[in-house]
Amino acid sequence: MAMPSYATTLDRIWYVTFRVICCLIFAFLIIPIIVIMPLSFNSEPYFTYPMPGFSLRWYGDFFSSPQWLLGLQNSIIVGVFATLVATVLGTLAALGLNRAEYAGKSTILAVLISPIIVPIVITAAGMFYFYAKVGLTGTLAGLVFAHATIGVPFVVITVSATLAGFDYNLIRAGASLGGDPLRVFFKITLPLILPGVVAGALFAFITSWDELVIAIFLASTEEHTLPRRMWSGIRELLSPTIMAVATMLILTSIGLMIVMELLRRRSERLRGITP
Amino acid sequence: MVATTGSHDVMRTADGVPLKIKLRRAERMRKVWAIALVAPLFLFLVVGFILPIISLLALSVEDPDLTSGFPRTAEVFQEWDGEGFPSPEAMATFAEELSVAERGQFGRAAKRLNYDISGFKSMVKKTARQSEQLALLPLDQIHDGFIKIDKDWGDPAYWYAIKNASSYYTDYYLLWSLDLQRDQEREIVGVSPDRAIYVDVLLRTIEISFAVTLLCFLLGLPIAYLLATLPTRISNLLLILVLLPFWTSLLVRTTSWLVLLQNEGLINDLALWLGLWNEPQELIRNRFGVYVAMVHILLPFMVLPMYSVMKTINPWHMRAAASLGAPGWKAFLKVYFPQCMPGVAAGTLLVFILSLGYYITPALVGGPGDQMVSYWIVQNMGQTANWGLGAALSCVLLLLTLVMFFIYNRFVGVDRLKVN
Repeated sequence: MAMPSYATTLDRIWYVTFRVICCLIFAFLIIPIIVIMPLSFNSEPYFTYPMPGFSLRWYGDFFSSPQWLLGLQNSIIVGVFATLVATVLGTLAALGLNRAEYAGKSTILAVLISPIIVPIVITAAGMFYFYAKVGLTGTLAGLVFAHATIGVPFVVITVSATLAGFDYNLIRAGASLGGDPLRVFFKITLPLILPGVVAGALFAFITSWDELVIAIFLASTEEHTLPRRMWSGIRELLSPTIMAVATMLILTSIGLMIVMELLRRRSERLRGITP
Repeated sequence: MVATTGSHDVMRTADGVPLKIKLRRAERMRKVWAIALVAPLFLFLVVGFILPIISLLALSVEDPDLTSGFPRTAEVFQEWDGEGFPSPEAMATFAEELSVAERGQFGRAAKRLNYDISGFKSMVKKTARQSEQLALLPLDQIHDGFIKIDKDWGDPAYWYAIKNASSYYTDYYLLWSLDLQRDQEREIVGVSPDRAIYVDVLLRTIEISFAVTLLCFLLGLPIAYLLATLPTRISNLLLILVLLPFWTSLLVRTTSWLVLLQNEGLINDLALWLGLWNEPQELIRNRFGVYVAMVHILLPFMVLPMYSVMKTINPWHMRAAASLGAPGWKAFLKVYFPQCMPGVAAGTLLVFILSLGYYITPALVGGPGDQMVSYWIVQNMGQTANWGLGAALSCVLLLLTLVMFFIYNRFVGVDRLKVN
């Protein structure tokens, strides 16, 4: 929005002020994330600049601590399996939701979306109470189910969004050429909705990867996840090792963000070709 | 499907079935398939999510401690009308059950009685130690026996507290979560001021959520507008500055604010160096810290829906308004802003709904006076193990969230809930 020729001096002043305000807001958004990364390389255990020296000792701390490594390992295991469960169930449900109109569909949709609406503390407490009865508390299986539950709405939403532009005649064409429903699904439907499925899966993974409140309720000291370990670390003492973990988590987020952005661009490009 | 014209002028398919019936059958098959595809997830969520939450909320109307600890006492006290003192027979039943009660159940029942009157637990314990002699006393001396052990047994309020805990279904916890209780006439009255904290907590939760939503709106509006009006190439780059916080873990971002805002933190260092203030200021463990961290975490949820709506608004509308003589601010308010309303509604409601349930961030950067309902739910479920009250507070929080969600659904639509 360049300045039109008829702009007054006041307009010009406002234009500059507005941009300065916007810069400050962007700085507010990004600085807290940028600023803690260098601190994880500080040679001294302080959180101030200028840093006295550069060191990888806090990363060494992380990778030599069985506690942290167990958390990392559990987070990966829980994240992968929760993502698998959420992606399969969520994709099937999204296909069903978009396939036909039927009574009670909006109620069903509300139920499928509800895990992201219900306050997480209530979800966690409910699951703790319920899982305790069936012996799932303190187990990785319990965490997998719980994390799949809160990740699944994202899969439903992203896959539904992809299906909104889906041409169902392609399925009919596949069927008329003699493909059985399963073959049509794997050869036609799935490749076309794959960007949505992958995006949903990434959302489900990051939801599980970052999830803390359910882990506080369900995890035990032996079966903690990375955020759970970080949480107890922060409450004891804000150590530089935590900065190292935070930095690695931020880098993971950047990686996922880039993948999502590439997926979005790809699907936009595809949509550009076939309007 | 090949349609042929049959003898009665009915369209038929190749196998002779009328087309209408065949179509209806195909339509029905499609519906069955659709439902069959949704069913696994639906069942998964009903069993693994809805059912646990309902069973949790049900705890708020159950009062099992006394009825399982002292079942016969609970039964006889329920028949007592609550006037004056219970009958000597009822007291004898209580004494007898005290002498035979198992330890765990006894502890839970005593703890439950302590909710009503603090100090009741130790009084019941003391009584239980001498309950064997107490149970042997003749009926006309039993009340005096109780009073001899502890003079407070002469106060009808203690006996009434036992009656209050003696029915399995109760509104006790729900009332408690709103700082209310029933007096001896079964009238609903406020609890004593030193116990009345939950209405404050509820109001504070709404206040913090409201303030965070307003701040997010004020900060989100300019940058959403800027992103929507810049050329796509530049706005895509700037969008990364919104998306990166969105993708970064809540715990990491809260940690960053802890580091930045603490007394020896970067903000204080910078301000001291610049001479903004002369000694480190308290920036965390107070409301300021909560607002800063929560606004930072929720701002992307405000910007993204507003941006996606603003992107669709034709920039020529503003030019048209200007050419008709409207000053910039007036053109924005009268022409541009009304068109943003779907995005504004989506953003503000989403941020408000998400704020209501916040726990981690206030717990880390807030002080004791900044904790929201979620914190007290965790406290009651964890440390104090008062599941009834925790469940009652959950009911209140869930109700509030659902009301907001219905408003969201009405004005924005659940199918418009987008994540990217």
